[in-house]
Parts: sequence; structure tokens; C-alpha cells
Amino acid sequence: MKGRPELYTSYGQDMAFLNTRPKRAWSGGLLVIALLMPFLITDDLLQLLATGFVAAIGAIGLNIVTGYAGQVSLGHAFFLAIGAYTAAALSGPETGRVIGFGITSLPVWLLASGLVAALFGVLVAPVAVRLRGLYLAIVTLGLVFLGEHVFREWTSLTGGPGVGRPAAIPELFGVRLDQDNSVLTAAQMLYLLMFVLLVIFGVLARNLVRSRVGRAFAAVRDRDLAASVIGVDLTRYKVLAFAVSSFYAGVAGALLFVVNGFFDPGSFNLLLSVQYIAMVLIGGAGTISGAVMGALFITLLPRITRELPAVLPFISGDATGVVTVFQVEAVLYGVLIIVFLIVEPRGLFGIWVRVRNYWRTWPFSY
Amino acid sequence: MDEFLQSLIRGLGTGSIYSLLALGFVIIYKSTQVISFAQPAFMLAGAVLVSYLSPAVSFVGAVVVAAVVIAVLALGVERAVLRPMVGKPVFVVAIITIGVDVVVRVVTNAFIGLDVRQVGDPWGLNTVSFLGAEVQERYLVMIATTAVVTALLFLFFRYSRIGLAMRAVAYDQEVALAQGVSVGSVFALSWALAGGLAALAGVFVATGAGVDQQLWIVALKALPAIIIGGLESLGGAVVGGLTVGVVESLFGTYQNDFAPWLGPNFGLVAPYALMLLVLLVRPYGLFGKREVERL
Repeated sequence: MKGRPELYTSYGQDMAFLNTRPKRAWSGGLLVIALLMPFLITDDLLQLLATGFVAAIGAIGLNIVTGYAGQVSLGHAFFLAIGAYTAAALSGPETGRVIGFGITSLPVWLLASGLVAALFGVLVAPVAVRLRGLYLAIVTLGLVFLGEHVFREWTSLTGGPGVGRPAAIPELFGVRLDQDNSVLTAAQMLYLLMFVLLVIFGVLARNLVRSRVGRAFAAVRDRDLAASVIGVDLTRYKVLAFAVSSFYAGVAGALLFVVNGFFDPGSFNLLLSVQYIAMVLIGGAGTISGAVMGALFITLLPRITRELPAVLPFISGDATGVVTVFQVEAVLYGVLIIVFLIVEPRGLFGIWVRVRNYWRTWPFSY
Repeated sequence: MDEFLQSLIRGLGTGSIYSLLALGFVIIYKSTQVISFAQPAFMLAGAVLVSYLSPAVSFVGAVVVAAVVIAVLALGVERAVLRPMVGKPVFVVAIITIGVDVVVRVVTNAFIGLDVRQVGDPWGLNTVSFLGAEVQERYLVMIATTAVVTALLFLFFRYSRIGLAMRAVAYDQEVALAQGVSVGSVFALSWALAGGLAALAGVFVATGAGVDQQLWIVALKALPAIIIGGLESLGGAVVGGLTVGVVESLFGTYQNDFAPWLGPNFGLVAPYALMLLVLLVRPYGLFGKREVERL
């Protein structure tokens, strides 16, 4: 009896973090591959992947509030911005142009930016508790516009539109992670940092959603009235969902521009919010691994389309020509959203599930 | 006083643009329970189409042709992309319309290029004396046109057979279906109406300033308008649109004097702040229906 992979004799086994043997094998394998990556591929690809990992942290956050708790938020860009500016202001040096406090220790500003963003999430939540569905979506959208205005005008914090300010300075145990040293390059260190953080936050989120809180979120999502009848405190869990989601967004925002080193207030617009929504939906709403897949997919998409002109000669690689690669990228983005939602509503995660189920019963998969 | 009247007229003028867009949003919402984020793209496409057509068939002719063409385009989009999604969660459908918006906008941008295109309207920035204040002609035209369009829409919904069918579908889709209303064609028609209204609004936005790639952002101002008015109310859409326009314009004129700490150009985001305030008091907008739920 012991050796049977899907024999569960307790709820604990069923709800376990990695509850099947293949899951354990796959996760271990992916972990090893990801840790070996920095020594196998070039630095520019590493930077792209590092950005993808940060985006994944943000997407997990959005997935908690939208995918698990069912509260549609188009305001993710606003919370990302809060995190980014908290981190940049805390860690940056005080110059005449922008404020800064010079606390470069990474754990300090990372935690602070998450907490400040979570605070804003809690402030927004009372409005959200009263609203439902598309009303909420549009209100959170309004938040992005109001935020954009504040960040545009508050130049001593943000450096002003078109100019911007340096991103947060990542320093861990006295080592600057954004500068090459004798052992590793900056790209390798940032890649490893982002990967470790993604694993930490991914595991935390996974643990949250398989707990009592996560089940309450799912109940609120599926039917909030029914949830409140069986004793789920709606206000409490909606506020909690917004707070956790904003915390993740704050952390992601703080790290998002570390790889590039510079950012300006124009980055936090509606498009960014839509990108995160697309990550969640293309990856698969209501799954942690889906959010990671979606984030990596959306981040790598521009790079993939950039390779297209070599394969399809009618697409031109620069801004001239009938069909440019930039147009293809934008159209592809829209088309992918449409196609995924119509054909595979469970997203990349759903495709993975189908592939898995095919091979699980192979050769009897009919 | 002149300054006040001028900014009021300006606000009502831009507000009537928002009203046209908001009417489109609400018509789609009422029949399909979806907010169509594709409206900005249809608005842009309408303005661009007019800028190409007006040298050939005169400005008014171009507006009519563009409104019809965009209506047909919107109808096609509904048939091809939205119809397969009937019965899916509204949020998912709303996100699909964002995808539609991106695609239509990229294609339209290719026709705009980098320069500003003129729609060839007869008003430009000419002013006329109105109640003792110099106001731009185009704002008066916008107000008048919106009034006529709103009246026609009201008559259409109130007295025509199809309008009755649309109201029936808005009330209850299944019952309407059982009574022999073709719910599918109501969906298609409401998208077509919204597309036509968006095209008209796009032309008005482009009068005076011309069409460029950033024009679509204006359409997002209609979102606070529909929320303030209430998602289910056509009258609310008009009121909301005008309110947003006037608030925006008055803030633009006076905010530097009484609240400079809000920062310049706060007028542009004032509608969103107003929306938050209205929702804190009335979660379903001014004229929206309070949802009654049962388990």
C-alpha cells in the first residue's frame, strides 16, 4: 500500500505542498536547472529572466486578489509604483534633485516597500468591499490615473516625467549586487537574487492559498453571499486579499527596475496593469505556477517576436516597412489574450494539465 | 463671469463627447452585462476614417460613412470574438475586449503614422459670441449634436420595435428569448450602435486639434462618467458625461487659484477623484440599479 503514488490516507497528505511524487521530481529538477542557468546562458538573457521572475512575484500578488479572491483589480500598476518609489527613496542617496535616505540594505527596503504598499491596499479595500465586479475594476483603474498624476507632479520623489530617478540599490551583507565583482557578474547575482526571492514568495503564496485563508478567498470568489452565510467574514477577507496582493506588488515594484537601474513615473500606467492581468489570465487564474508561467511568457514575448524577422522575411526588424516587428508584438499581445481566453480559459497551466493527463495514462489516453 | 461661462461651455462640449462614449458603454453593458474596453479603438478608428474620407465626400458625408463603417466593424467584432464567450464570466469577456482594443488600435495607428491628421471639420478653432462670452463654435455644435442623438436614441428605445426588444433583453435575457426576441441580434445591434456613437465622438475629439496616436486616451474619461451615472442608466450616462466634462473644465480654469497644492493639470484626473467620492456615497452610481441577490 505504501508505494502507491496517489493513495492518501489523511487530509494532510492530500493537501501537502508537493503531494505527488512527479510533482516533487519536477520541482526539484526545475530548481536545479534554474540554479545552473547563470553559468550556462549569456548575461542579457539572464537579465530578461530576472525581470521575468520579478514580474512573476507581482503576478502572484495579482493572482491572490483576482484569481483566488475574485476581486478584479486593474490597479496593480499603482501598487507596483508605491513599492518602487518606497524602495528607491529609502535606498537612494539624498541629492538636490530627489529625496533619499541611503538605507541600502536589501531586506530592509524590500520589506518596507511591501508594507507601505500593503498599507495602501488596506486603505483602498473599504471602497472595494462595497463594490462588486466591473465597478471595482473601473475604480481600481481610476486609482492608476490618480497615482500617475501624483507621481508626475511629486518631482522630489519621482524625479519627474521623462527624467526619472535611479532604482533601489540592492546591497546584501555589504555586497553590491548590481556591480560585477571577482566571483560573479551583476547579471548573475541579480538573477540568483530574483530567483531565490521568487521561490520564497511563491512558496509563501502557495502555503497561504492552501490554508484556511485561501479556502475563504475561494469561497468569496465563487459566491460571496453564500460565503458570508456559512460564516466567512467578507470584509475581513477582502481587506486581507488586497493587503497581501499589494504587499506582493510592492515587493515586485521595488525589484522591477533594479535590473535596468532607472525608471520614470510614466512607467506605471494602465498598460502595466493590463500586462499583469494578461500574465494572470494567460498563465491561468487561480494557480501560483500559472502566474509564474504567464509572467515569464509575457516578459519573454518581446524577445521572441524580435527573432521573427529572421524566420518571416515580410516582417521588418526596424521601424520602417509595411509590417514592423513592433506592430507584430502589440498585435500578438492582443491576439494572445483573445485566443487564450476563448480556446483555453485555464491558460498555460491548463495546457500543462492536459499534457500531463495525456502522458499519465499513456498509452491509453483516449 | 465670462471666464466661467467659457469654461462651462467648454466643459459641456467635451462632456457631450464623454456622453456619446458613455452611451455606447451603457448600451453594450445593458444588453450583454459587459464593459467593452474596445470603445477607445473604435473612437480612434472613426476619427481616422473621417480624416481619410472628408476630402472626397465632404465632412458631413465622411462622418456618416465613418459611423456606419465603424458600426459594421463593431458588429463584426461582436459576432467573431464576443459571441463565442456568451455565458462566460463578465470579467473574462471584458479582458477580451481589451485584446480587441489593442489589435484594432495597432492597425489604426499604422494609418495615422507619426504626424497629426486633420479631419477637415468646418469649425476649427473659430469662436462665436454666445450670451456675451466668446466661445468656440465646435463646443456648441457638440452640445447640439449630442442633444439630438440622445433624443433620437430615447425615441428609438421608447417607441421602436427593436428598441423594445433591446429593453426586454436588458431586463431579462432568458424571458426575452422565450418571447421570441432574437437575443443574438440585440447583442450585435448594441455593439453596432456603440461603435457608431464612438466614431461620432472620435470625430468631435479630433475637431480643432486633429488625430494622433494618443487620441484614444480621451475615451477612458467615459469610464468615470458611466460609474458616476450608474452602469445601467442611459440618462445617467449623459448626466455623468456632462458632469465629468464640466468638472474637468472648471478644475482646469480655477484650481490654480484655490487649490494649487493639487498640482497643475489636476483637472485631467479630477473625474476619477469625483468617481471615488460618488461611489463612497452611492456604490451603484447616481442612477444605477441596486442589485438584489439571492442564494
